[in-house]
Formats: sequence, C-alpha cells, structure tokens
Amino acid sequence: MNLLDKTLFAALVLSAFTVQAQDWKFSGESGVEGRFFPQKPRQIEQQKNLGVSIMMQPEFRYQASDRKTQLGFVPFFRYDAEDRERTHFDLREAYWRQIGDEWEVTVGVDKVFWGVAESRHLVDVINQTDAVEDPDQEDKLGQPMMAATTQKEWGALSLYWLPYFRERTFPGEDGRFRTQLPVNSRRAEYESGAEQWHQDFAVRYSHYLGDWDIGGYYFYGTSREPRFIVDDNEHKLVSLYDVISQVGIDLQYTNEAWLWKLEAISRKGQGKTFFASVAGLEYTFYQIMESDSDLGLLVEYQYDGRDSNAPDTLADNDLFVGLRWSLNDISDTAILAGVSVDRITGEQFYNIEAERRIDDHITAELRARFLTGSEVGEPSWFLERDDYIQLSVLYHF
Amino acid sequence: MKIFNLITVGLLASSIFISAQAQTPEEKGFEIAARSDRSDRGFGDSQVEMKMVLRNAAGGETSRTLQTKTLEVADESLGDESLIYFYTPADVEGTALLSHAKILDPDDQWLYLPALKRVKRISSANKSGPFVGSEFAFEDFTAQELNKFTYKFLRVESCPDLPELMCDVVERYPTYQKSGYSKQVSWIDQQDFQVRKLEFFDRRGDLLKTLRFNEYKKYEDGVWRAHLLSMANHKTGKSTDLVFSEYVFKAGLTEKDFSKGVLKRLR
Repeated sequence: MNLLDKTLFAALVLSAFTVQAQDWKFSGESGVEGRFFPQKPRQIEQQKNLGVSIMMQPEFRYQASDRKTQLGFVPFFRYDAEDRERTHFDLREAYWRQIGDEWEVTVGVDKVFWGVAESRHLVDVINQTDAVEDPDQEDKLGQPMMAATTQKEWGALSLYWLPYFRERTFPGEDGRFRTQLPVNSRRAEYESGAEQWHQDFAVRYSHYLGDWDIGGYYFYGTSREPRFIVDDNEHKLVSLYDVISQVGIDLQYTNEAWLWKLEAISRKGQGKTFFASVAGLEYTFYQIMESDSDLGLLVEYQYDGRDSNAPDTLADNDLFVGLRWSLNDISDTAILAGVSVDRITGEQFYNIEAERRIDDHITAELRARFLTGSEVGEPSWFLERDDYIQLSVLYHF
Repeated sequence: MKIFNLITVGLLASSIFISAQAQTPEEKGFEIAARSDRSDRGFGDSQVEMKMVLRNAAGGETSRTLQTKTLEVADESLGDESLIYFYTPADVEGTALLSHAKILDPDDQWLYLPALKRVKRISSANKSGPFVGSEFAFEDFTAQELNKFTYKFLRVESCPDLPELMCDVVERYPTYQKSGYSKQVSWIDQQDFQVRKLEFFDRRGDLLKTLRFNEYKKYEDGVWRAHLLSMANHKTGKSTDLVFSEYVFKAGLTEKDFSKGVLKRLR
C-alpha cells in the first residue's frame, strides 16, 4: 500500500467505527485459477506450461437506513506461484458516497466504466488497467477520486477530480504476456514534474433519448497508456507516462434485436493528435431452434490512427467477429467466442470465454486465447507463444 | 397514443350506455379486464422483497432473492417503471434490471453488471425468453398493462381453488410484437376483481403454462397483492414460485429512483 491508500484506509476504518456494525454487509469472492500454456515461452526465464494462482476479494459495504450515505471497501489480493509481479494487492474500492437531492458525491477509491463496445474498451479512461490480472485489459486498479454527479431531466453530468495516478501493472521477468525486455515495476518516468501527483480532471455528460444512449466526455491528465524507453543498465523497459487531453463519445442505438454501437476518441499529447474508434453491431437470435438459448452475433471494426510516438496498440485496423451463446438456464451458462483479424498483417487473435454456475456459491470460468500470424516487429510478436487456456473456480460468499 | 385513450374512453362509455345484451364478448372482456386493472390504480409506488424458487422436473430446487421497486405511471398510454435488484445467487449480487415499459413500442431496458460497473442498454425484443432461468418469461413480468392485450369474455364459473367465489373467464391476446403466446386465459373473481389464474398458450395454440395467484392481501387504498405466484410449465415439468414478503406502498419513490444513472449506486 502506498501513502494515499494508507490514508484512505485509515479514514474508512475510522468512519466504520462511527456507524453500527450491523449496517455493514460482507460479501465477496475468492478463487483458484490454473493456466496452461501449450507453447514454450520466447524467453528461457519465463514460466513454462503450467501456472497456478489464487485470489481473494472481500467486499464490505455500508448503507445508511436513509440510503443517503454509502461506504464501500473492497481490497483485492492475488498470489501467483510463478510471476512475482502478478502477486499483488490493490484497493479496488474504498469510498464514501453521499447522495443528495441534486448531487451525488463520491470521495475515495472507486471504479468507473464508460463505453458500449465489446471488443475494445476505447473510451474507458478513468481507471488504470491491472494488466497482470488478465491480458484482456478488463481488470482495473482502483482510482482515487472526488466525483460529483447530478441527474437532471436533460441527462447526467459528472465531474471528476483525480488527484493521484496509478501506474499500470506489468508481468515480471518470470511471467508470460511480457515484452522482450520486462517492464521495470520500480521505476516510471513522467512528462509532468508532478509525476503521480499530476492533477487529472474529467467531465462527462450522458443521457438517453428514446432508442439512443449517448455519452461524451473531456479528459485532461496523465495517460493511462504508457510508452516505453529502454533502461540499458538494468536491461528493462521503463514506462513513460505523457500528459494527454482527450475527447470521447459513446453511442448506442437499440432497435428490436439490434444494438448499433460507436465509441470514438481524439487524443492530443502522444505524437500527432489522433483519432480512434470502434464501431459495430450486435444482433441476437432469441430462443434459437425452439430452445431457451439465445445466439448473438457481434461485428466490430477497430480503427486507430496513432503514430509511432504514441503507445503501441493491437487494435489499429482490425475486424472483430464474435458469437455470444446464452443458454438462459438455471446455471446462467454463457459462451462468448470471437476473433480479431488485423486487416493489414492478417494477424488473428482468438478469444473464448465460457462461464456457468455450479451451485449457489460456486462458479466456473474457462478462458482460451490464441494469437497467430504475428510478424517480427509487430507489437504482438512477443505474445505469440503465450496462447493459453485458463480454468478458474470461484467461491462467492 | 392519445387516440388510444379516446378509444378506451369510448369503449367504457359505450359499455355504460349499451345494454348488456348488445355488448359483444370483446367489449365485455375488455370491461372486466379494465375493472380489474383499475382496482390496482393509485398504488403510487411499491417496494417488495421476492424469493424465486425454481424446481426442475426431478424435484431439484434452487432459489434467488431479489427486490422489486415499481413506480406507477398513471398515463395508460405508458407503462410503469420498475427496478429489479438481485441479492442472490452470490455471484450475481448487485445485478439490476431497469425497465421503462411502453404499451406497443418495445420497453426500454438497462442491465447493470456490478463486476465491471457497467450499465448496458439491452434489447427488449426478447419478450418470450426465460427470466433468469425461471419459468417466467420477460413478458410475464413486464407486459401486464391493460392495453397490451385485446380481450374476449368467455363465461362465468367458480373460481379455481376458491369454489365460494365466482370468476369471469376472459381470453386475452397480446397486441405487442414478439410475444411467445397466441393467447392467455384469465380467471378474474367477481368480488375483488383480482386475477386468480392465468393459462398461457404457445404460438401453436397449445397450453404451455399455468400461473396461479395465491395468498391475496388487501393494502391501504384497496390495493390487492398476491403473495404467492406459482407457475407450472406443462411441457417441461418445471415450475417456479414467486414468494413475496410484505409490500411497502407510497414510499415516496420518484422518476429519479428509476433513472439509468441510479443503477451505479444501488449498493
């Protein structure tokens, strides 16, 4: 825990004493995960075929009887037998929220999600990616913030003050999904002299009008995506965080079984100002073949116009096609399978995610990810041997 | 939509002035359904805890617990707004479904996924699909508005399970798109005007499910609520019970409590 986390922790523990213990709700999950890598790693020191890991995420939540005050405290811990950097602790949430008639204010660590697309979370910018958790970038670190939202007839307006920056987590020397040189977790460079204390801001407006859901924001602050420079002394990469300003929009048009989606950003501060978008659709066939299950077809196109002075991305000119099969059974069984194809290099990334409930407290998840057709010099080249199959069993309490 | 109201008023007016003999079975069916619907009017808002018990044909049982909040929208051309919040099973705790019902247009629906803190607008075309693996379809929850059906009076007979009460038996036909049913048959008692039993017929016209409404209780302002709903699926042998505990009415809920933004701060 760094200083800020400690301060927040202390504040929360103190506030916890001022309210009745029985108003708190305790829940959470813990799990065991096994990963199997069929191929040998690129580097000799990287973990071999099998990896085992355990995680725990308890949740403590308080809600005052008038429902105006809420507290949340959600620490997270993972132990990984192979990769020391993947063994990590984080405060996912540690906040105090006050809900008034006109405004709702959140102070502390929280998670905020923006966006509508499935294949890439382009506009989602508040939280840092916890990249050691899962290479899909859907796991996020808790972000210290002060956020205020007002909900009006004309929509929701949110203001965010983000006083402290969280560095991205990266696999260590022994881990998979790493760059040729591992990223140094002890050192990072910043464009701003304030480093992690650069004061970041965001304002977001969102609303829905009939079949349309719309959102738009402006963000000014430290880029959650780092560039890398080589530290020759240590033979490691050092993350370099630029200050950026970014505008983003997200749109969804919902009509019958069709969902039409668009996310787009324009970012200034990393190379030339660039535009990026992910646009597509989801169409669902309900109760296929007279069964209870639904089959959704997803197609999304990813475009990114960034130059070589910006952090690398795999989603520069890719077509994603996926199928989502929901059985709608008692076990909530669901399978999502998709492939992203780079239209220039032909590189293909396959992703399969399946999950179901075993009993009232236990769920199982299967993930399989494969990358083929990557060329030397492409950002994905060092990941090509990191194809894997992962099975997790989670206990929810 | 206002035209629809005029038709409604027109139908009601004609039912008053035209003698019973001149009334068609369709008019009489609508009148009975409208009277039942009106008995519920003015509840304002409600909040109730619900236990959903799912049973398979072999007798295996599993349950979910949830909370439902409803805001009455008085305009008959619009539907009510509702918010369903899941407590269990533990892996979906905090998941919530917000619905703004419409009459003939598809409802607006948003799903909140707490693990990602993501609010997703979802398609409401899936009316006939099962709701969280139960024998209730989405439309069985959301499509109870008067004008979502046309009606036809069939007969009068003793109420099912309550031989001391007489029931009007009325057929109703969904007017909204994508319904999984060709028709439903309702038993509405003549004393309190409450639905006692519903039979659901699939698109082929075969009897698919039977829903029984038990343990009715009268709250202030004459609002009735059943506290045990039992749905039996005749094709699969599976069944689902909904067990409601004490209702709270007029808790002062407003449109703000049913806005998309509220999904993120339910816990």
